[in-house]
Amino acid sequence: MHTPIGLPWELLLSAVVLWSVVALASLLIPHVPRMAPAIFPLGALGALLTAGAGVLALRGPPISTVSPLGLPGLPFHGRLDALSGLFLLLFGVTACAISLDLAGYRAREHYPVASRIGLQYHILLASLALVFVAADAYSFLIAWEVMALSSYFLVVTDHHTPVVRSAGFLYLLIAHVGALAILAAFAILAAHAPAGAPLALTFSALRATDPDPAVAGLVFILALIGFGAKAGLVPLHVWLPEAHPVAPSPISALLSSVLLKVGIYGLLRVAFTLLPAPAPWWGLITLAAGLGTALSGALLSAVQSDMKRLLAYSSIENIGLIVAGIGLALLFSAYGLKAFAALSLIAALYHCLNHAFFKGLLFLGTGSVLHATGERNLGRLGGLIHRMPQTAFLMLIGTLAIAGVPPLNGFVSEWLTLQAFLKATALPRPYLAMGIPLGAALTALVAGLAGYVIVKFYGIVFLGRPREAKLAQAVESGPFERAGLGLLAALCVVTGLWPAGVIALIRPAAQALTGGEAPVTAGDHGARIAVAHAGYAPPLLWLALGIIALVGVLVLRLRSSGPARRAPPWNCGHPVAGARLQDTAEGFGQPIRHIFAPFLDIKCRRPGLDDPEPRYEAAVNDRFWEGLYRPLARGFEAVFAGARVLRPRRIAISLLYVLAMLVALLALTP
Amino acid sequence: MTIDLVIRQTLQIALVVGAAPLLAGWIRQCRAWLANRVGAGLLQPYRELFKLLRKEPVVACGASWVFIATPYIAFATMAVAGAIVPMMTSRLPLAGAADVVALAGLFALARIFAALAAMDLGTPFGSMGARRTMLVGFLAEPALLMVLFTPALISGSTSLAIIVRQLARHGFILYPSMAFAAAAFVMVALAENARLPVDNPETHLELTMIHEALNLEYSGPHLALIEWAAAMKLFVYIGIGVALFLPWGIAQGRGLATLPVACALFAMKLAVGGAGLALIETLLAKLRLFRVPEFLGIAFLLAVLGLLVRYLVGH
Repeated sequence: MHTPIGLPWELLLSAVVLWSVVALASLLIPHVPRMAPAIFPLGALGALLTAGAGVLALRGPPISTVSPLGLPGLPFHGRLDALSGLFLLLFGVTACAISLDLAGYRAREHYPVASRIGLQYHILLASLALVFVAADAYSFLIAWEVMALSSYFLVVTDHHTPVVRSAGFLYLLIAHVGALAILAAFAILAAHAPAGAPLALTFSALRATDPDPAVAGLVFILALIGFGAKAGLVPLHVWLPEAHPVAPSPISALLSSVLLKVGIYGLLRVAFTLLPAPAPWWGLITLAAGLGTALSGALLSAVQSDMKRLLAYSSIENIGLIVAGIGLALLFSAYGLKAFAALSLIAALYHCLNHAFFKGLLFLGTGSVLHATGERNLGRLGGLIHRMPQTAFLMLIGTLAIAGVPPLNGFVSEWLTLQAFLKATALPRPYLAMGIPLGAALTALVAGLAGYVIVKFYGIVFLGRPREAKLAQAVESGPFERAGLGLLAALCVVTGLWPAGVIALIRPAAQALTGGEAPVTAGDHGARIAVAHAGYAPPLLWLALGIIALVGVLVLRLRSSGPARRAPPWNCGHPVAGARLQDTAEGFGQPIRHIFAPFLDIKCRRPGLDDPEPRYEAAVNDRFWEGLYRPLARGFEAVFAGARVLRPRRIAISLLYVLAMLVALLALTP
Repeated sequence: MTIDLVIRQTLQIALVVGAAPLLAGWIRQCRAWLANRVGAGLLQPYRELFKLLRKEPVVACGASWVFIATPYIAFATMAVAGAIVPMMTSRLPLAGAADVVALAGLFALARIFAALAAMDLGTPFGSMGARRTMLVGFLAEPALLMVLFTPALISGSTSLAIIVRQLARHGFILYPSMAFAAAAFVMVALAENARLPVDNPETHLELTMIHEALNLEYSGPHLALIEWAAAMKLFVYIGIGVALFLPWGIAQGRGLATLPVACALFAMKLAVGGAGLALIETLLAKLRLFRVPEFLGIAFLLAVLGLLVRYLVGH
């Protein structure tokens, strides 16, 4: 390196090089088992370097670079701006925790599996870092593809099971449908470059194309489809609840925390930096898609009984909330309300960070539970707070964070989103000013449902009594796992307690995208944030809560002589017999199935009157399978069955088709 | 922070913690009068609390720390919520710590802990109560938010202190939009506080109880804290209602001289609110659990109507 490229780039590139070396070294694990313990901690070091690069990029001006790699005449362009920096920070910190967890998780695995995971995982990390800094369509798509493929191999780690293979196939399929849409978006934009200019591939050239509104709208829709497929927007979400549960838990955590955010990053990159000023309908479509996704995700997660599927649907819900925030930002931008657009974007980006932290925490914790018990079904767990006290405590932090209650981080982004919704009355169209605040009600409903879901999750897994005898053998997870959980839990607490600091980090990104200064002020030395004089000061709340609770404890403890007497549960006088009498996941979800029955596809089997072995079974299916995908597949099959008639039997006719096509194309070309 | 502010804040917390059982006693007394009974007197809740506080705490076998911590968390949450709502004065040091959305979040925090504690022992009634409480909670949340949006739009802020200041400044006028919002707020408050027609606070009937099912396993001082917290929650809810819909008379100035008058006015508003609640509870019968979504749906629609009226009429 002769010319200085800036510290952030040096950090980032050293991380990428480190990961590449580690990935190759992973191949040698079966032959040199001694180095196995060093693989994942080194990956964590790379993640920290990336996070450092992200922070520096957020603080400094954008730095562009052209790498000597790439095709002749088509070098890779890179650019580290505030948006890249924010996502690198999110990615680096989360990946560090996940690498720590993997260091413990993989210590148990057989070497061939550990070697495969080490290889693919570090390639995935390197490609993720490159996706966030790529500044031309070509390198972006290459990094995107590497990311899709390496994550596919991670999803099918346990490839001996047919369910895993089919889930992996679905993941790969939808990832590629999305990639095609993204490719088309870039191609259409490049095709509208001013005449005479060289092929527009770099983002700055694409930005300069300035397409007319119809083309810009088309590009936006394609980007929404392409990046939405990656992020899990309804109806392109169906891969998510299949792929996330079958992957190893730390990989699920990475998929949910970071890979879904890549879709968000791409959408922001195209919508705000590549395209001209948005039209109002972009915002409306995005908002509607986001809210619809959030509601479907929340409802479906409430009726799941597999803990990883439940978390996967909850990820869909959170992505919906983030996309709704982006929709709001687009809508405000379309009407020139830049400050409010920046506020909405801060809310959405804050939620990106929050979701990465708490969902990573919950997925890693699920992995610990899965390892300790071998059980993913909520109906067979219970009482783990006694067997795994530290994991249970850390998971409780994640639970409260995702439930969106103060003083943890989930609440801050919810609060900001609601404040942004309240600003919608400034929109110049009456129907928008009246209609958009109703979206806030939907957001509140989704937040409430999220609380319901997570109480079900935590209460059934960690509280109550063990539902199976084998749970008595469960043991606390190892130190590496707890370190990973602890890091993410600490991040949930810090981002919850110090919102002013986090907003100061996000603000440059939101400002760069929208060109506005968000009306969020920090007061009381950063302890308090305020929008339109309405404040929220989590440290003060913590302090007040803590003092009052402490006074309560002291008063009651001083009066009592010893520890509380223990007695069997009262239970209204009914003897408590058998752990199976506790609520199962299905039982806890029953009110949701009852109330939202019209929105859910429920298969219910009730026992008959004279059934010798009465069993009640209820399964809830994703409506989009029967409603959209199967008809679509049947339609395709019908069309291609029809097209078979045209299939030539002889080579001469085949050649005739080619000739006809050629003539037709020549005739059509202007 | 001046000494004046500290006095106000301490007074307010003392008022909420100290007077909440009195309000509960007042409502019970009103209900007794309406039912042609003599009633146990205004001070009965205090007697019950002191009886419980004197008892030996008994905790079920197999309870984790979540179970033991929850009464303290519930008590602290409600006391902090009470410290934030402007009841006699809008100049409170803690009022800037949380706006009305954060207040709703604090209630959600208490609700989640209550539900988790109920699931901690693995008794069937506990988890039934947890599930029903969370159900009512998430259904009430959108309605509550829509109720809060109307005054927030009129005053331009979700801070209760600002809302009180803005609304009180306009003098005694009735906004049509606020009438709808007030009706919706009453319905949400009934649901959130586990009052009739959503839940009957007076029974332990196994199949219908919601809130009581959460507390089944608590006894002695722990139960006292939970009962006290429930009384404070009702007190705070009526306080929020007063701040949103009847803010006139809440002291705005700096001095402490206006406080006695404001305090008397607030006591009157509370008494009226409590009597109104008793009247509602006497007139209505309990709804079946699956009619609760309809009840809260009506509350939501009323709140939305309030918002629409606000746009169309401009008040």
